[in-house]
Amino acid sequence: MRIIRMLGRSIRDAFKSVIRNFSLSLASISCITITLIIVAIAVMASFNVQNFTKEIEKDLTIVIFLNNESTEDDVARVEQELREIPNIDKSSITFESKQEVKESMQKESEVFDTVLNEWSEDESPLKDTFQVKVKNVEQISSTAERIEKIEQVNTVRYGEGMVDQMITAFSSIEKVTYGVVIALVIVTVFLIINTIKLTISARRREIGIMRLVGASNFTIKTPFIVEGMILGLLGSIVPVIFTTYGYLAFYNHFDGYLFTQLIQLIKPEPFIYSTAGIVIVIGILVGMVGSAGAVRKYLKI
Amino acid sequence: MDLIRLKNVEKKYKNGVTAIYDLNLAIEKGSFTFVIGGSGSGKSTLIKMLYREEKPTRGQIIVGGLDVAKLRNTKVYKLRRKLGIVFQDYRLLPKLTVYENVAFAMEVIGATKEVTRKNVLRALEEVGLKNKVHNYPDQLSGGEQQRVAIARAIVNNPKLLLCDEPTGNLDPERSMEIMKVLDNINKTRGTTIIMATHDKEIVNSMQKQVVTLKDGHLVNFKKKGTYIDENN
Ligand SMILES: Nc1ncnc2c1ncn2[C@@H]1O[C@H](COP(=O)(O)OP(=O)(O)OP(=O)(O)O)[C@@H](O)[C@H]1O
Ligand SMILES: [Mg+2]
Repeated sequence: MRIIRMLGRSIRDAFKSVIRNFSLSLASISCITITLIIVAIAVMASFNVQNFTKEIEKDLTIVIFLNNESTEDDVARVEQELREIPNIDKSSITFESKQEVKESMQKESEVFDTVLNEWSEDESPLKDTFQVKVKNVEQISSTAERIEKIEQVNTVRYGEGMVDQMITAFSSIEKVTYGVVIALVIVTVFLIINTIKLTISARRREIGIMRLVGASNFTIKTPFIVEGMILGLLGSIVPVIFTTYGYLAFYNHFDGYLFTQLIQLIKPEPFIYSTAGIVIVIGILVGMVGSAGAVRKYLKI
Repeated sequence: MDLIRLKNVEKKYKNGVTAIYDLNLAIEKGSFTFVIGGSGSGKSTLIKMLYREEKPTRGQIIVGGLDVAKLRNTKVYKLRRKLGIVFQDYRLLPKLTVYENVAFAMEVIGATKEVTRKNVLRALEEVGLKNKVHNYPDQLSGGEQQRVAIARAIVNNPKLLLCDEPTGNLDPERSMEIMKVLDNINKTRGTTIIMATHDKEIVNSMQKQVVTLKDGHLVNFKKKGTYIDENN
């Protein structure tokens, strides 16, 4: 009951203070707005990157061609060795014998059909093949190298070398984005610290009297922390609008795919709402941390 | 019973000045005490240590059962709620009315509106300002402003009222009015009052107990005393 009354007072005071120091508040709010827009872009980009990395990973297969002369024993042994490689998803291991490959190719086209029929069993370039999927795509090349060392394995192929580069690029893009976001958040926190410091200094006399008459530190601090949270909340309005409508427009403009069919964007709903939620939470947290920092440094209580 | 007890209290400021040397003092509950002495004798320092604005560098200070010297920063408010403080410069909030200034002291400790209203009006009546509740501080005389400050100091019914030169800015007539208000609070509420001053007239006419400081040393503690001019 008492807490609620005090909180009510804090919120009222905080709004008054935001209005009284309007130009300064506006500076902080703008800074939070810019930061949050970039945070929103980063969040949406990184979720999308994660999403299509996952999509690509799902389809990414290593194809293992055995030597022409491989026997059935060899096949069984290779399969056993494949099972022992930790990065290989055991349930994904599939085998196609020369004969099966031939049949499936023949089914695909008549040209293949005639060509393949002219080769005898021994001259046929077709090989026994395994197909496996990996658990961690970033380690796909080392896994492939390990497979190549298995006896009777002739060649190992996966995603033409492009895919793992793409995935590595994505993950470094993500890291850079996180770096930029963290830097921006820190800058914003400092800006808020300064704003709140100024509002504290404008109310120094009042705070001094509050302390004299026995206000607890909690009572003195709360209005400033609430003020910081309100700055954060006001600063997240534009970014939230930007996030929801911006992503929707972006998604519709590209019909849900970026550049190629390979890169599929996340469906806007409920994605935009969760992103908006993240943006609001970050805004409020940034405001809170900034003002708590200012209060601690400046009031020394 | 003693409300305040000081044992071997020493205060040395960071700049090396020692403002209080080895002070031992006990103040009884319900008493009225003047702290006198020349400029720089340590009166304000003593008062500040009692409300934990300054910490003693040595010794023990007990106020109403609280070990003030050991009180952590975050707990200082507990001491402040047991006492009221009045300064020479009133320290009112200019944008608040008389009523609001006094109510402020109750609001920030979370009192309900009804209790606040009752206490504020009672306190303002005691200092004789019931007819000026809606005025702002700049519409009041110095003496009236100081009476608002006194009302604010007693509104939470503290056991102890500390005053540092409350009449320092006032002419003799206004000063005597303030003294009457303080004496009345001491008598009707039983509030223990400690008042630092260097106003001879006041000390001599009030006939209360007197603590005399000189260059940080306690030189005299009289139960019913007059101003001792240590220079003669
Ligand atoms: N914050 C401080 N830092 C350093 N020295 C101080 C501080 N406050 C007071 N002093 C010194 O401590 C001594 C006692 O000061 P104090 O203010 O207690 O004297 P006082 O008796 O109240 O004087 P006055 O009658 O002029 O108000 C003085 O020498 C003063 O210079
Ligand atoms: Mg003084």
